[in-house]
Amino acid sequence: MTRTSGANGGGQQGSGKLPRKRFYRARAHSNPLSDSHFPIPISPDDVDLSQHYPRYFPADKGEHGDGDGDAEAPRIRFADVGCGFGGLLVGLSPLFPDKLMIGMELRDKVTEYVKERVLALRASNPGQYDNISVVRTNSMKYIPNYFGKAQLSKMFFLFPDPHFKEKNHRRRVISMHLLDEYAYVMEAGGIIYTITDVEELGIWMRTCLEKHPLFEAVPEEEIKVDPVVKLLSSATEEGQKVARNGGQTFQAIFRRISLQEE
Amino acid sequence: MEDAAVEEAEVSGAGEFAPALVAAHPLGHSVAVAVGPELRVFDLNGGCAVSLSDDSGGCSHSDAIRAISFSADGALFASAGDDKLVKIWKTDSWRCIQTITSEKRVSAVAISKDGLYVTFADKFGVIWLVTVGEHGEGQVSSDNKPVSIYGHYCSIITSMKFSPDGRFIATADRDFKIRVTSFPKDPVKGAPQIQSFCLGHTEFVSSIAFTSLSGGSSFLLSGGGDSTVRLWDYINGCLLDTYEVKDKVGEQSDETEDSNLAIADLCVTNDDSLVAVAIQSLNGIMLLACDLIAKKLSFLKVITMEKSYIPTSLAYSSSADLLWTVMGASNMPNQAASQLLTRVRIILRFQKELSASADHDPAILEDSEVPHGEKLLLALQGSLDASKQEEVLAAVLAALRVSMHKMLVKKNYSEERREQRKRGRNDKKIKK
Repeated sequence: MTRTSGANGGGQQGSGKLPRKRFYRARAHSNPLSDSHFPIPISPDDVDLSQHYPRYFPADKGEHGDGDGDAEAPRIRFADVGCGFGGLLVGLSPLFPDKLMIGMELRDKVTEYVKERVLALRASNPGQYDNISVVRTNSMKYIPNYFGKAQLSKMFFLFPDPHFKEKNHRRRVISMHLLDEYAYVMEAGGIIYTITDVEELGIWMRTCLEKHPLFEAVPEEEIKVDPVVKLLSSATEEGQKVARNGGQTFQAIFRRISLQEE
Repeated sequence: MEDAAVEEAEVSGAGEFAPALVAAHPLGHSVAVAVGPELRVFDLNGGCAVSLSDDSGGCSHSDAIRAISFSADGALFASAGDDKLVKIWKTDSWRCIQTITSEKRVSAVAISKDGLYVTFADKFGVIWLVTVGEHGEGQVSSDNKPVSIYGHYCSIITSMKFSPDGRFIATADRDFKIRVTSFPKDPVKGAPQIQSFCLGHTEFVSSIAFTSLSGGSSFLLSGGGDSTVRLWDYINGCLLDTYEVKDKVGEQSDETEDSNLAIADLCVTNDDSLVAVAIQSLNGIMLLACDLIAKKLSFLKVITMEKSYIPTSLAYSSSADLLWTVMGASNMPNQAASQLLTRVRIILRFQKELSASADHDPAILEDSEVPHGEKLLLALQGSLDASKQEEVLAAVLAALRVSMHKMLVKKNYSEERREQRKRGRNDKKIKK
């Protein structure tokens, strides 16, 4: 339960020093199909929010929500699926200080890095970055174990693994069947953001979202004024890399709608 | 040592143990037993074994059948399994009207309430749908290919059922999940709307069953590898009650605590007050009382059968008030085709006896008392020879103790073994 600082000397708990990426080298790919052997909450009720957001869930308060007339306990509202090194979370945190957000990442070294990064940011900026956290999980398999129905208002899929080979398309994080699950955890009106520098994948993600009956494209004028959109390509490490190399990006931003079946 | 055993099983394919299945016609016209590639049907009205005919132009089953199901009105029957075939049968003539070839092995099958569609789940957790129709008939086009309507991401579907009002389809998987999905009016376009997830099992879910519609609502029951039976409000995905079978089985059997008490199958009787549960190392069945008003499950009794009899599948026939139980398996190591024997036991006046008095044990029929007697047993069991049977069942018993669990549970390899395997990995596909 206690957070162990990186055994490889990268993390210095408590101090405001940011972890250095060189100590958290990880492979670019991870197999989403393999059986996972990390702990997974049995249901969303088992997600221990006090561990992720200690300021919102003080430990000494005991069982939260035991009805002292308080407003209901805050819930996670944003999910960054495949958060990588956490750039987006760090960018989003000051924009939405009252929203809890979580990054989900399959590679454990990368997750460790983000953990340390958040802790360091909290230590050097008291009162900030208390609303972001990260969890190591396979979001393609276990999304419903973390979030209840209509819990999320934003979901992010930034620069996912393109899985070029047709045989591996089922490993892509956006697919018709997985969109069913994302739609389930998103509230009506919630927005799903996707971006990639791979044209083929950009078309794939857009096509899936267009075909899915529970999503509709967000109009261009709305995208222009959405402060989040700028972060998609500028905040993440992967986005910066693409910008450095002068690459093109392809985004698809869609809204969760409710279906009226007569 | 554990690892070595798992490894060995993988190499020889022996891990793919297939339990025998039983299904009863909802109006009591017939009963079907599947073991290995064999589908055995007995006509209870005519009192004779049914000979199956096939004019769908497809092959017959050539590998273990993993799932069988009657439609709600009993007019249709579906069977599917490891040979990737899904066969749809008309039960009036026991003629196969459609054979669908799946891309992957099939682990579950169900027929929609209106009898218009058959759904099946493949080894990757994708749920497929086909429109039922005979060749060259009506609006069903000749390219009636299955369409995928939704999926559990890369998980084995263990059980699939339609809700009694036909509005939902529920699927359970080995990753502890039960997904309840809206079954749309035009399901050919897919079923993207998830009603709920029923999460609470801490091991694979092996079997699910809906209670019938009473007062406009029905409930879902599930059993799993965590030795629990759970009652769900499936509309909202709420766990209402959990019953641990450990306490009661522990005191009945003299087994050590090592014995595996995974739920093998469960079946709800038609007024919903009783749930029959088959447990992997229990010789007999456990009965739970299901109180849908208080929303509680409670222990009623264990009906003990002979020591060597552990049912692998259960079916309830409401018209005759019979509980059918079967024990058997295929794909066991060193099993010859001639050894596809099963043992059928029937419990008579199941519901009446129990509601009349809790102390009264329902009658387990002796072989001579079984409806249509030896004829039925010969047809469904494959043999009447007691000694031959004993031998096979002993093997089944041994396999049961280990295999069913191993098949679905997540394999936990040691760190060294995983490293070793990575080194020896051959990613190049070897084409035959």
